[in-house]
Amino acid sequence: MNIVVAMKQIPDLQQIRIRNRKPVFDDVPMTLGAIDKNALEVGVSIKESQGGKVTVLSAGNEDLEDTIKEALAAGADEALLVIDDALAVAGSDVIAMVLAAAVKKMEAAELIIFGEGSGDNYSGQVGSRVAAILDWPQVGYASSLELNGNMLRAARSLEDGEEIVEVTLPAVVTVISGINEPRIPSVTQILKAGKKPKEVLEPEDLGLQIPAEAQVLSLSNLAPESERKQVVLKSVDELVQALKNENVIGR
Amino acid sequence: MAGILIYSDKDKLALELITAAHQIATVLGQEIKAVAINNDAQAQVLASAGADTYIISNAEIVQADVAAVAAALQQTAEQLGIDTVLLASNRRGKELAGRLAQIMGAGCLTDIAGIKVADNKIECQRNALGGATVAIQYIAAPRKVIAIMPRAFEPAGAGTGKISHLDVAARSSGVKMLELKEKSSDSVDIEGANILVAVGEGLNSQGDLGMVETLAQKLGGVIACSKPVATDKKWLPEDRIIGLSGKKCKPELAVLLGISGQVQFTVGIRDAKTIVAVNTDENAPVNQMADYILNADLHEVVAGLNKALA
Ligand SMILES: Cc1cc2nc3c(=O)[nH]c(=O)nc-3n(C[C@H](O)[C@H](O)[C@H](O)COP(=O)(O)OP(=O)(O)OC[C@H]3O[C@@H](n4cnc5c(N)ncnc54)[C@H](O)[C@@H]3O)c2cc1C
Ligand SMILES: Nc1ncnc2c1ncn2[C@@H]1O[C@H](COP(=O)(O)O)[C@@H](O)[C@H]1O
Repeated sequence: MNIVVAMKQIPDLQQIRIRNRKPVFDDVPMTLGAIDKNALEVGVSIKESQGGKVTVLSAGNEDLEDTIKEALAAGADEALLVIDDALAVAGSDVIAMVLAAAVKKMEAAELIIFGEGSGDNYSGQVGSRVAAILDWPQVGYASSLELNGNMLRAARSLEDGEEIVEVTLPAVVTVISGINEPRIPSVTQILKAGKKPKEVLEPEDLGLQIPAEAQVLSLSNLAPESERKQVVLKSVDELVQALKNENVIGR
Repeated sequence: MAGILIYSDKDKLALELITAAHQIATVLGQEIKAVAINNDAQAQVLASAGADTYIISNAEIVQADVAAVAAALQQTAEQLGIDTVLLASNRRGKELAGRLAQIMGAGCLTDIAGIKVADNKIECQRNALGGATVAIQYIAAPRKVIAIMPRAFEPAGAGTGKISHLDVAARSSGVKMLELKEKSSDSVDIEGANILVAVGEGLNSQGDLGMVETLAQKLGGVIACSKPVATDKKWLPEDRIIGLSGKKCKPELAVLLGISGQVQFTVGIRDAKTIVAVNTDENAPVNQMADYILNADLHEVVAGLNKALA
């Protein structure tokens, strides 16, 4: 079974500072999206129980070569990276075009696993778009998966219930963070990760050109204004008094 | 005249989309059309809210098959000469948005919390960077798919729309729906609550939820939580999650207990009027968004409050 896991490189959100309402990216290290790590864990555990190979697929700038080691350490067998500066800021349509072209180039991928949403953009589009380009069925928001030969049975977690669906591979799946607990790689795994096969392509190698015009444009991106009192209290009594002053208790 | 097409399998969300569509249509001079798939009753609801509604009846188009629903909507848009489709940004709607946009050759924005039409652009507001910022974006491509967050707009009121039938070719992708286990709906609505007492990973055990519940009751509020408390620990139902992938709440008072305050959480509570943070770590990021900060063990604070509010 050839499993592909799509993972996005994002700036470590915890380390982004806000200055004058603007996000500051200086010295913020790159990492892989949190839910994408759940997607990888799904792929690796399927491989461990049923055999096969897990390829991590990512599109971004050259920092990826380093960032992707985290995925190779956490169990991916190899990486396929499509690298171009423009991909670091490209829209979902462009990323999907690139990922789908890369999948077509790989030998007989049968299952592509995505996160339900990327860590920074969280728009939940890329998996659906790739499924559309490949003309494969898709199962979104999976909270558990069961593979039986080329039959995939999944539970999908929706707002008002759980839907159990069945589909024949090849298929695209997106997973929610609750599906598993991603493993933490050991030091030896991290050391070995650098030696795992890594293929690096440019969009041109896939016969693609990145369109000059973006489909989606941004007018602004600012932190919301917030004015909080930030009064440090010393005791429960002071808190009770504060709540009384705010008129939320003792009305 | 290009129109706006709205679709959601949920009546309430579809009605909200009609309101959102009005906001665009009045400025851009467009007609609002709605589609109902295998759901005559919904067509009635949407027509009575003023949208000209098209019914597609075709048993091969099943809700769980995103490819089939997307293909039906793409054909509808084409037949009706429509370039803008509004969907709901619930899970089904978001998943559909990407697929539909791809086959329509459209640009797509999801999780839209607000819309303003200016300069012939539909300016859409959405959270970015995990909720740390709010971005204003628009789709420059001629075709547009926009998924709107539930509750971002009020459901549309009464109007009159025509009902017609529409034929599309079914394009099933072979997804079989075996079962839909409906969640026993949580009777508590944290989005509508005036007072929220929210717990995070700082809570020691599920057993300690009892005293937090008591506090919520004493304050006249309800209990909510950060994501891991529901998804990892499963101590509370997922309906109680505040944040990016949970609910956006605007209570008068939010008491945050043992929550660190990562952006994906704070985005769901930053519109609260008064915020109290109780955390043992005086450097917890949550303190920066709080009006009142108590650096203390939440269990002691809850016990103390329960006594004081006796
Ligand atoms: C795409 C995406 C979407 C997400 N969506 C959401 C979302 O919608 N909602 C959400 O909540 N999270 C969401 N998250 C997860 C989020 O990033 C955080 O992991 C989560 O909010 C942390 O929850 P927490 O604050 O309860 O836990 P922690 O970060 O572990 O914080 C626990 C806090 O409790 C304090 N503490 C410990 N013991 C005590 C004590 N005895 N008394 C008082 N304080 C104590 C600690 O100092 C710490 O600050 C999302 C993440 C991603 C990547
Ligand atoms: N640049 C990328 N490279 C690889 N995978 C990606 C990329 N962008 C998004 N993805 C995948 O698509 C999912 C959804 O992303 P998004 O549509 O941005 O929310 C992510 O969780 C990843 O699995």
